[in-house]
Amino acid sequence: MKRVYAKEEYCVGCRVCEVHCIVAHSDYKNDIVKAFKKQNPRPLPRILVEENRPISFALQCRHCEDAPCTKACITGAMQKDPETGVVTNEESRCVGCWTCILACPYGAISRNEQGKKVASKCDLCSDLGYTPACVKNCPNNALVFEER
Amino acid sequence: MNYVIIGNSAAAIGAVEGIRQIDKESPITLISDEPYHTYSRPLISYYLAGKVSQEKMYYRKEDFYRANQVETILGVKATGLNTAERSVSLADGRSVGYDKLLLATGGKPFVPPNLDMSKQGMYSFIKLDDVKAVQQVAKPGSKTVIIGAGLIGLKAAEGLAKLGVDITVVELANRVLSAILDEEAAAFVQRNLEEHNVKFELNTTVEEILGGDKVSGVSLKNGKQLDCDFVIVAIGVVPNTDLAKGTDIVINRGIVVDEQMETNVPGVYAAGDVSEGYDLIYQAQRVLPILPNAYQQGENAGKNMAGEKSAYKGGFAMNAIGFFDYPMITAGIIKPEGDEFESLIASDPAGKSYKKIVLRDDVIVGFIYLNKVDRAGIITGLIKEQATVKAFKQSILRDDFGYINFPVTERKAKMLKGGRTA
Repeated sequence: MKRVYAKEEYCVGCRVCEVHCIVAHSDYKNDIVKAFKKQNPRPLPRILVEENRPISFALQCRHCEDAPCTKACITGAMQKDPETGVVTNEESRCVGCWTCILACPYGAISRNEQGKKVASKCDLCSDLGYTPACVKNCPNNALVFEER
Repeated sequence: MNYVIIGNSAAAIGAVEGIRQIDKESPITLISDEPYHTYSRPLISYYLAGKVSQEKMYYRKEDFYRANQVETILGVKATGLNTAERSVSLADGRSVGYDKLLLATGGKPFVPPNLDMSKQGMYSFIKLDDVKAVQQVAKPGSKTVIIGAGLIGLKAAEGLAKLGVDITVVELANRVLSAILDEEAAAFVQRNLEEHNVKFELNTTVEEILGGDKVSGVSLKNGKQLDCDFVIVAIGVVPNTDLAKGTDIVINRGIVVDEQMETNVPGVYAAGDVSEGYDLIYQAQRVLPILPNAYQQGENAGKNMAGEKSAYKGGFAMNAIGFFDYPMITAGIIKPEGDEFESLIASDPAGKSYKKIVLRDDVIVGFIYLNKVDRAGIITGLIKEQATVKAFKQSILRDDFGYINFPVTERKAKMLKGGRTA
């Protein structure tokens, strides 16, 4: 399957990927200002920039072949789509127990405690026809979306 | 091929999904003494607290059995097993034949003989029916004694506290959650529970249940006496090996299985809390009654039952749990004894947080993350890989610890390999 890969040599740590991830998961997918100013609470980014100057890179769910989060999930909310391979969390069934955080070897799942507690993670922008906003908007082409 | 699965929880469901990855057609029969659609046992405390409805407890969607072509026999107990004839007998007199059988019968509550469960007001806290019964008596202002400050006992306490029940937890160990926390972390958790009106009697145990037909209180070894309306026994869970007893299947503490989850009797497999599989950290056969392990063992059993030779290399203890919005994630050896271990600790009483990493020869063998639980899975992954962490040991306790701290070749190998974790 196609995944997002980071090229740390090109990443400048600008976190524009985080900004566009927030927009892509807001109610205002085409309006960065409204996404930041109008939506309350502001969605969490599902991508994480790790940084230790001069190195930085973005990391998000790897949509593992043998996804440990789906096997560990106590409610069955975390599932890997057998067709697309995308791992998504069905938030209505998630109780925020954080067993997926215990299981994810990439540390790519975060806690969303803005309302009902739910696990928050990359869905490869399934709402945007699987064209990840982080890749599309990276100013330095430090993120690529490809089959490997 | 004719598959029969006894059980309807994580290991059983894992087996269905494992079988169907390989064999899309052969009939699967799933038998459970519980009458319900597969549900998540850890959610019973959420149900008690009113956080989830019964439908939201379903471990898989309502069309799961149909979509996977599983014939279910629910609400009927499997009472006998004849491995020579390859058949299972049921409480309603029926007999079900199999080519491949999975025993995924889970655990049952451990009850010491001095606790008379026949008295009215005595409860376990494992199944949906248990919590439905507790719900009837858990009225605001009622009093309960919970025996055991483990995961089950404290989850019951949390749910009951939200209902306004007066709670005292009695625990034989010197601390709460002694299987997953050391003294310092346990003290943080205990204090947080006490702030939510849960009381504790540690270093003691219940000597006798008081009252006639109905519970009126308990007497403790430390001489105290506690009045209560009901008692929840949450001392522990033991493998429910009843069906294998009296057969040729080898049982130690649990049903002994190999890497394929097969027992010594060909064609008979076991997975989940009933089984005794390999523990990667202790490097020995051990019962590991946790859901992630049950699912993976079940899935692996299913694959092997369907003819694929697939090895589950073992699991280890790991838990993510929280009480009153105070989360913790722990795994492996959390309170090491012996010179071969090294512990790295970062304690912050003001922030109510605590981190501990336990190493053996620079390989992580356990950890406690209290309150600050983010990205804990990176540590779990390092345990599973049995990787040496010498190169970045000094960074592990940092709050921003991540892949950035890994040596560059290791980081790239992990991040760029395309989602293959094995």
